[in-house]
Amino acid sequence: MPSIVETQVTPVGTPTGPIAASLKDASVKFGSFTAIRGMSIDIEEGAFYTILGPSGCGKSTMLRLVSDLIPAAAGDVSIFGKSTEEARLAREFAFVFQDATLLPWRSALKNVELPLEIGRRRGIKLPIGNKSPRELLKLVGLEGREDALPHELSGGMRQRVAIARALVCQPKLLLMDEPFGALDEMTRDHLNLQLLKIWEETGVTILFVTHSIPEAVFLGQKVMMLQAHPGRLREVVDIDLPSPRTIEQRDTQEFVKYSAYLRKLLETC
Amino acid sequence: MTAIENIQATDSEIDVERALERRQKMLAIAVPLGTAASLILLWQIGVRLFAVPTYIAPAPTDVAFTLVDKFPILLANFWPTLYESVLGFIVGNIAAVLIAVAFVHSRTVERAFFPIAVFVNTIPILAIAPILVLIFGPGLTAKVVIAALICFFPTLVNMVRGLQAVSPQALELARILSASKSEVFWKIRLPSSLPFLFSALKIAATTSVIGAIVGEWVGADMGLGALIIDATFNFNSPLLYATVFMSSGLSVLMFATVSIVERLVVRW
Repeated sequence: MPSIVETQVTPVGTPTGPIAASLKDASVKFGSFTAIRGMSIDIEEGAFYTILGPSGCGKSTMLRLVSDLIPAAAGDVSIFGKSTEEARLAREFAFVFQDATLLPWRSALKNVELPLEIGRRRGIKLPIGNKSPRELLKLVGLEGREDALPHELSGGMRQRVAIARALVCQPKLLLMDEPFGALDEMTRDHLNLQLLKIWEETGVTILFVTHSIPEAVFLGQKVMMLQAHPGRLREVVDIDLPSPRTIEQRDTQEFVKYSAYLRKLLETC
Repeated sequence: MTAIENIQATDSEIDVERALERRQKMLAIAVPLGTAASLILLWQIGVRLFAVPTYIAPAPTDVAFTLVDKFPILLANFWPTLYESVLGFIVGNIAAVLIAVAFVHSRTVERAFFPIAVFVNTIPILAIAPILVLIFGPGLTAKVVIAALICFFPTLVNMVRGLQAVSPQALELARILSASKSEVFWKIRLPSSLPFLFSALKIAATTSVIGAIVGEWVGADMGLGALIIDATFNFNSPLLYATVFMSSGLSVLMFATVSIVERLVVRW
């Protein structure tokens, strides 16, 4: 094990700043199957977390738990001190799925506007974004494609529309479930850089599930390694690479060391 | 130099490709048209060669002559059938869509009424038509009800499927946005059911004409169905064939209208 990494392994749940989300001994069960058992972690506000782990370790389940899509069987989950339901109603977080999940009959712009149309009459608090849907499309590099229907866009473009839609209510927490998993290498690199730029500009806290170790190291300030059967937290690894990240960093020794360490860790999970 | 040659080569290649495409398109139209024309010609030759009496099978030229000669009568009988078909189409499909919505919202309603809908669908339309004429009388209502009934079932089944064909992720997205049931319905379920609805409407466009004509058979003095019965009993085969031609023309008109609306509405 490279020594540089060894010193940077942080014990679980020792935050240094304000907390965006907090899991306390949280468990998720599907019938008699335990998907997550006793997970405790404090997510630091403004940080970029990537989540790695073998299949069946509950990566997606964890995001679904935090986003109030599934309830906790035991334990407690809070987001900015509120329950997940309160946070959902206040639009504190947004979700980006693996599949862009755009409504195919709506143009790119109309898809980005969707969150602003929902709940308006029932007094769900709609944070007034500092960026309009048009500006968000520009931010993700889709200026001029506002009127395109999803089937006229490439997979990468559709995912960028989904990211713009997630940002439209100015969430403080962005949950991303393998958003670039279905894209080719080049597109993925490009979107990774764009996402880092957005993260730096908006200061949003990001939880990003991925299957790719290089992607986890490249994007994350912290990598959460989960373990399977039942899903639980194994380790949180601080990635101490200079910011802003560049593609070239991937060829540095430090980057390779982090990757190698995580690969070994993954094998034992 | 080689680069320029390459470009020219690709240009001419594109031209060749385009010419091929055009040829294929022409063939796609010419082949079925040619086949139809040859079959009609064969029919004409057959009828003349074997001296088939006109009342048994008229020659295409006889039918064409009647179509022109009796056009005012044909048109006068065309309008009532069009009217009944369109009204039946509207009534039957609106009922089907509303009931589909009720089914999707309540499993109990679906359990209670779906078997009845299936049962009604199994009764041949020819068998139920006289019953409906007895109930609603020989006027317009019975024909509209028969046309509506024949449209109803395919639309019901397709619409239920369409409303349920929403991706689980789209529903998760709605949940994260805290969308209400009615927002999910109007913004997600209903639009995503439209392609299913239109494939059902295209079926209904032609079956509603069948319904109207069957209704007219049972009891009517105007309409293409009545004209068919009249021409048959008078051994007026050319008129019968011309009427059948008008009926299929009506179906084509209805089908084309629905297809055009579909293309305007379902653009994805």
